[in-house]
Amino acid sequence: MDQIIVQVLNGLDKGSAYALIALGLTLIFGTLGVVNFAHGALFMLGAFCAVVFSRILSLSHEVVDETRTDFLGNPMKIDVPYMHDIFGPELGASIIDWAVPLSILFSIPVMIGVGFAMERGLIKHFYKRPHADQILVTFGLAIVLQEIVKAFFGANPIQTPAPEAFTGSFDFGVLLGFDPLTIMYPYWRLVYFGFAALIIGAVFAFLQFTTFGMVVRAGMADRETVGLLGIDIDRRFTLMFAIAACVAGVAGVMYAPIVAPNYHMGMDFLVLSFVVVVVGGMGSLPGAVFAGFLLGVLESFASMPAIVELLPGINQIIIYLVAIIILLTRPRGLMGRKGVMEE
Amino acid sequence: MSRHNLTRRGVIKTGAVAGAGLALPTYLSAAGHEGFTNAPTGDTVTLGFNVPQSGPYADEGADELRAFELAVEHLNGEGDGGMLQTFSSKALEGTGILGKRVEYVTGDTQTKSDAARASARSMIEKDGAVMISGGSSSGVAVAVQALCQEAGIIFMAGLTHSNDTTGKDRKANGFRHFFNSYMSGAALAPILVDQYGADRKAYHLTADYNWGYTTEEAMASSTEALGWETVNSVKTPLTQTDFSSYIAPVLNSGADVLVLNHYGGNMVNSLTNAVQFGLREAEANGKKFEIVVPLYSELMARGAGQNIAGILGSQNWDWKLENQLGARYTGTNAFVQSFGEKYGFPPSQAAHTCYVQTLLYADAVTRAGSFAPCAVVEALEGFEFDGLGNGPTTYRADDHQCFKDVVVVRGKENPENEFDLVEIVEVTPTEQVTYAPDHPQFAGGSLGSCNNGA
Repeated sequence: MDQIIVQVLNGLDKGSAYALIALGLTLIFGTLGVVNFAHGALFMLGAFCAVVFSRILSLSHEVVDETRTDFLGNPMKIDVPYMHDIFGPELGASIIDWAVPLSILFSIPVMIGVGFAMERGLIKHFYKRPHADQILVTFGLAIVLQEIVKAFFGANPIQTPAPEAFTGSFDFGVLLGFDPLTIMYPYWRLVYFGFAALIIGAVFAFLQFTTFGMVVRAGMADRETVGLLGIDIDRRFTLMFAIAACVAGVAGVMYAPIVAPNYHMGMDFLVLSFVVVVVGGMGSLPGAVFAGFLLGVLESFASMPAIVELLPGINQIIIYLVAIIILLTRPRGLMGRKGVMEE
Repeated sequence: MSRHNLTRRGVIKTGAVAGAGLALPTYLSAAGHEGFTNAPTGDTVTLGFNVPQSGPYADEGADELRAFELAVEHLNGEGDGGMLQTFSSKALEGTGILGKRVEYVTGDTQTKSDAARASARSMIEKDGAVMISGGSSSGVAVAVQALCQEAGIIFMAGLTHSNDTTGKDRKANGFRHFFNSYMSGAALAPILVDQYGADRKAYHLTADYNWGYTTEEAMASSTEALGWETVNSVKTPLTQTDFSSYIAPVLNSGADVLVLNHYGGNMVNSLTNAVQFGLREAEANGKKFEIVVPLYSELMARGAGQNIAGILGSQNWDWKLENQLGARYTGTNAFVQSFGEKYGFPPSQAAHTCYVQTLLYADAVTRAGSFAPCAVVEALEGFEFDGLGNGPTTYRADDHQCFKDVVVVRGKENPENEFDLVEIVEVTPTEQVTYAPDHPQFAGGSLGSCNNGA
């Protein structure tokens, strides 16, 4: 039983990342009709926003310590962060420690800017082109972004730890009446799950309860009619692209302490997220979220040693197997709308 | 007083005879090198450095390339000479190799066997490389070694730790200075038992490819021989980035040790996940839970950050060896000084092994008096040397594997800087990590005969 609970938690956590990326993908597809293969790269850019911001907070100047020597026997040069000079060693260290959550403030304008630039500079030229062209150009863009990041940050993963207050694991076993230490789950993964729920809720609330969201939803249903009413739907859709980029970006920021940011992390998520979107139903926001969590949980269960022993490799193909079964029985996905991708 | 009638025909005849006479020594010298692939005929010789310049091990490849460049500099008599000063063989004098200035070409393996073979082939066929070195993966090493064997080129492996490179896939034209999985197991197991006790239950997570298998086999057999029990071994895909699904069941599996047979990004991520899931603080079977990483690298340690604190692993070499353990490891400081002054940071073990392999090749050619692969093979087989940072070392003739001490390290709790991440726990002497050439973990292969190629 304890193993099942751990894998459910794990699945929900993986599902959080899948759902956040799939949510942005669906937003872009639902509003602009663009299949954005660069969406994983936006998630990766978000994670690197955390890296960049951590480095900004850690900017240092050298102080020579004559009492110690470096590896060549020269006097040791020690890096003292400017944060320590400005706020004192204790507060300065705390600010640096909280770099990842603080990075969200940095990533929002950056990702909105990236989203705007991407949509205005490239994507808008492909609205009326076939989906195959959109896939090719956005996939190419993803590779370009990936290579730029690699050129600046190298190929190795870069550790971007969570604040010390959130390191370690929470003892779920005690909470649920099991023996202590039987169900341990990392604090930061719980934070990530809560964060994902918050962002998903905020996006739904934004679309559901604001005039802007209402117009966007109307535009998703019938773009031409909304345009005929004199509403500049294109401008709103551009903003939605930027919001989708921002959702992927903040998802990446918060994911940085879970898996150390690396240049190909976007690609690792991209294919899975598309499967999530297709299983959930192209264009369906609730479908993307539901499928994200569903496939996350299934993948986690399929990785249990007992299951892998019985069916070797099942954890690698479970998502695709489920996708095949669902698409064979429900070609529009779990919550897909009629007419989407069916022309 | 004699008279000379200079006619046009006479000048041409005299010139032709004189030209032939002058060219004769060159012709004879070239003839001495004929009969093997890419026999150098001019006043230069080209070496091929095939390293990952893109892909997941690109940073490691960059460090290897730095070392190769430094080795070429020293062979050509530039810079401070590095380990040429400490090397027990005094054949090299900083005048190139056999008087030929050393030049080099580079290739990108991308850490893919097919790409590595393609770039090695290009360096052999188009650039005339007479030796290939480098790499950061056993899959790549095995593939390129086989190509070099076919082509009649010497392969001086860079970073490759799988038993198979000098086991079932060994080749007469291939040589490995780096240690292997068996040696990691043999060096680590006694220290693990000493530190954590003989009554331990291990759970292995293993990268699902050749290197992972041999490392798991070596670690399991070495630890089991000293009383440990292996409770489970789970293969993880090489492309995996989030290991949480594999880590979560470990704590309730009955195991009290997790062995991460992972390397590079895999290791960074699996170790990070293991620490996140509280395995470092956990207890199992009434004991503190422990994590072991059989193969450490400085770049991996830097990637894993604070997560490596207190975790035991093994290394081929460490830049602090001579300072901490004395003159037995002479050569270490000379290399660190040379590399550190040129690049501003200490060399990794990948850089060290590539530098040493280049020197060993140059030395073997010089001692043999020929670039012919079979002559080089003869000069390297059974070669005993010292002063290259690892202590007394032997290139065993049976499998072309170097035998030397193995360094056991532990992640530092409070590193002073990003280059000082591991502390040396112990150095396991050569005798303890030496095995018979037909040991079961290395069985099934044969060196075959050396190939001079063309």
